[in-house]
Amino acid sequence: MNFDFSDEQKQMRDEARKFLSEQCPPKAVRTVLDGKAAYDRDLWRGLAEMGFLGVAIPEQFGGAGAGHLELCVIAEEMGRALAPVPFSSTVYLAAEALMLAGSDAQKQKWLPKIAAGEAIGTLALFEGKGNPSPKAIKLTAAGAALNGTKKPVPDGAIADFAVVAARTGSTGRDADISLFLVDLKGSGVEVKELTNLDPTRGQAELTFTNAKAEPLGATGEGWGIITQVLDRAAVLLAFEQVGGADRALEMGRDYALDRIAFGRPIGSFQAVKHILADMYVSATLARSNCYYGAWALSTNAAELPEAAAAARISATQAFQHCAKNNIQVHGGMGFTWEFDCHMYYRRANATALGLGSVSYWEDALIDRMRKKNAAA
Amino acid sequence: MNFDDTPEEAAFRAEARKWVEANAPKEYEAELSRSSLGRIRLEKAEIVDVGKAWQKKKAEAGWACLHWPKEYGGRGASPIEKVIWQQEEGIYGKLTQPFQIGEGMCGPTVMAYGSEEHKRRYLPKLASGEEIWCQLFSEPAGGSDVAGLRTRAEKQGDNWIINGQKIWTSGAHYSDYGLLITRTDPNVPKHKGLTMFFLDMKSKGVEVRPIKQANSMQEFNEVYFTDVVIPDSQRLGAVGDGWNVSLTTLMNERMSIGARLATGFPEMFEFCSNLMTEDGLAIDDPAVRSKLASWAVKTSGLKYTSYRAISSLSKGERPGPENSIGKLVAGTMLQDIATYAMDLEGAAGALTGASEEVASGQFQQMLLTSPSMRIAGGTDEILRNIIAERVLGLPGDIRVDKDVPFNKIPTKGR
Repeated sequence: MNFDFSDEQKQMRDEARKFLSEQCPPKAVRTVLDGKAAYDRDLWRGLAEMGFLGVAIPEQFGGAGAGHLELCVIAEEMGRALAPVPFSSTVYLAAEALMLAGSDAQKQKWLPKIAAGEAIGTLALFEGKGNPSPKAIKLTAAGAALNGTKKPVPDGAIADFAVVAARTGSTGRDADISLFLVDLKGSGVEVKELTNLDPTRGQAELTFTNAKAEPLGATGEGWGIITQVLDRAAVLLAFEQVGGADRALEMGRDYALDRIAFGRPIGSFQAVKHILADMYVSATLARSNCYYGAWALSTNAAELPEAAAAARISATQAFQHCAKNNIQVHGGMGFTWEFDCHMYYRRANATALGLGSVSYWEDALIDRMRKKNAAA
Repeated sequence: MNFDDTPEEAAFRAEARKWVEANAPKEYEAELSRSSLGRIRLEKAEIVDVGKAWQKKKAEAGWACLHWPKEYGGRGASPIEKVIWQQEEGIYGKLTQPFQIGEGMCGPTVMAYGSEEHKRRYLPKLASGEEIWCQLFSEPAGGSDVAGLRTRAEKQGDNWIINGQKIWTSGAHYSDYGLLITRTDPNVPKHKGLTMFFLDMKSKGVEVRPIKQANSMQEFNEVYFTDVVIPDSQRLGAVGDGWNVSLTTLMNERMSIGARLATGFPEMFEFCSNLMTEDGLAIDDPAVRSKLASWAVKTSGLKYTSYRAISSLSKGERPGPENSIGKLVAGTMLQDIATYAMDLEGAAGALTGASEEVASGQFQQMLLTSPSMRIAGGTDEILRNIIAERVLGLPGDIRVDKDVPFNKIPTKGR
């Protein structure tokens, strides 16, 4: 059994960590957090130069053609550093949708630009409150013209193009949904930036009025593609969450070693130790679930839907648990803007919702486990 | 990343599988498959007898304690080969329960500290199940604080005279030998005055009394020592070095990779999939699904954590500290699952017999047994301390009894 990343993949993780610790210190995250920039352009360019944006994109489309295991180790480091760039929307959502369903021409148009850091992409799925569901999609597509509103759209205000889920039928079935590619710089697209829990990853409202669009994949197959994209993104985002959880645990541990109260380091008190031990437990469970997700993703295994849901739930719970308890270990200082704890708390709770909430994925996991049991 | 065996591992697995297939006591297959928690009970035979027969057969073919050196009853197998054997032995591994403390704790301690003569005399018989060993560490006054133990050993010529009491000794009533830690010097701080021995459990002055447990079963014992004589030749390690010797024993207890930890989840998933409520199947209720999903990811998290450890072994590396989380996660989960299953059964959940209202009483038994899972082999709190101190590197607790002679430590809180 070799249920681990290879030495080369671990080396790539080390490179990514070194690069991000130099190019993405907390100060850089704060520039975006404080609203002084929509995202870190220098970092985005640097990630492209390192080959990280196109690591899973085939060479013929301008990528490194490495694979998804490599993307997983980079994702972990992006989460650890809270990188304030549109990585998840562009790489996990838009690029994955293009690779799954795009025509050669569509791939040729957008994937090389993604790998080069010249195009930001996103997935426009949600229309207000609620979790992913074909029933919630009201935006219509008549011919090649879209009409309707999407929100929240991750990184929608800075994106160059979007994969948009639209209603093309009214039978009440999944086949009513189709996907479209929209150049957001074209006419008929109105972009409004929204305030959100984690300003280091922006959210927007996109309103389409007879916006020009081209189909992505066959008509009526949109929901199937979205389900696959969400599963793939769930694994990748789970690695970001595990990276964030680990960093929050380290911050709490380091503070508990430094901070003296009642004449001793607070980390010598069992009440504090046990908080940190529980953080370690949740982060370890999540990491192991993520490894299984990575295996399923990289081999496109039949187990991917179940593995993705498990990784998503476990990593979401772990990041939320570690981020909130990191603040608890820091005490009052953890509640200041000056300390970085709240940046992890914000990221943990925003990423918990982005692909559908935990309860949505819990429901999906049980469905998928039952299906597997019924088939067995 | 893959789940495949190396060619050598695959060959070893095939050999093990073939042997188990040809030799396992299949007449107990159904009963062994059913029992998922706690001690195994067989309808028509004693587990110790069936276990001894199985262990003997394994030993003759070289499958008992296979990671031990050949001269001591093993086959010099690598750690990964031991894991593969456990996987292939499968449910029949449950039959080895009476020998696990000997194999996992007593044997390694004798191997590290015993004389060559002792090793050749005792280890092969321990490995083959011919002689069963127990571990005599815990005392009424020394549970988590093992070093607070009070059983005395006093030197008399070439012998030691033992007086005192041990508790929570699994299998003492059928054991032939015991690993015993004692206090030989109460005038020095507690960790420094301990000495380790092994003894014949049939020695004069050893009395074993079963403990009736909170779950109404009897699996553990109290062991009383009244002027028991142990020759000095049965001392393991130097006089006063018993604490270090005991760490060898306990380290082996916690190193068991790939151990089968019951979480209760498979039983719970099946139960909820079949339980019909007024509103339909329980598993269709969003509240039930949410709980099931949280337990599912903990169960899979434990499984893949052990896969990571096995992968390290396969590469010839030492596994990381990840495996230390197992019992901590599983114990609480077992208790929570039992409680929630009974909640779903409503008023009938209080019934403990097998009936159509309750799921054959298994969750009720789980409820009553689960507290012990959070205590035995290190309480949840001790495990958290270990993770915090040894994995995360946090400072040890302040110990007020550390430099105090043992006989000056207070014995009552008020």
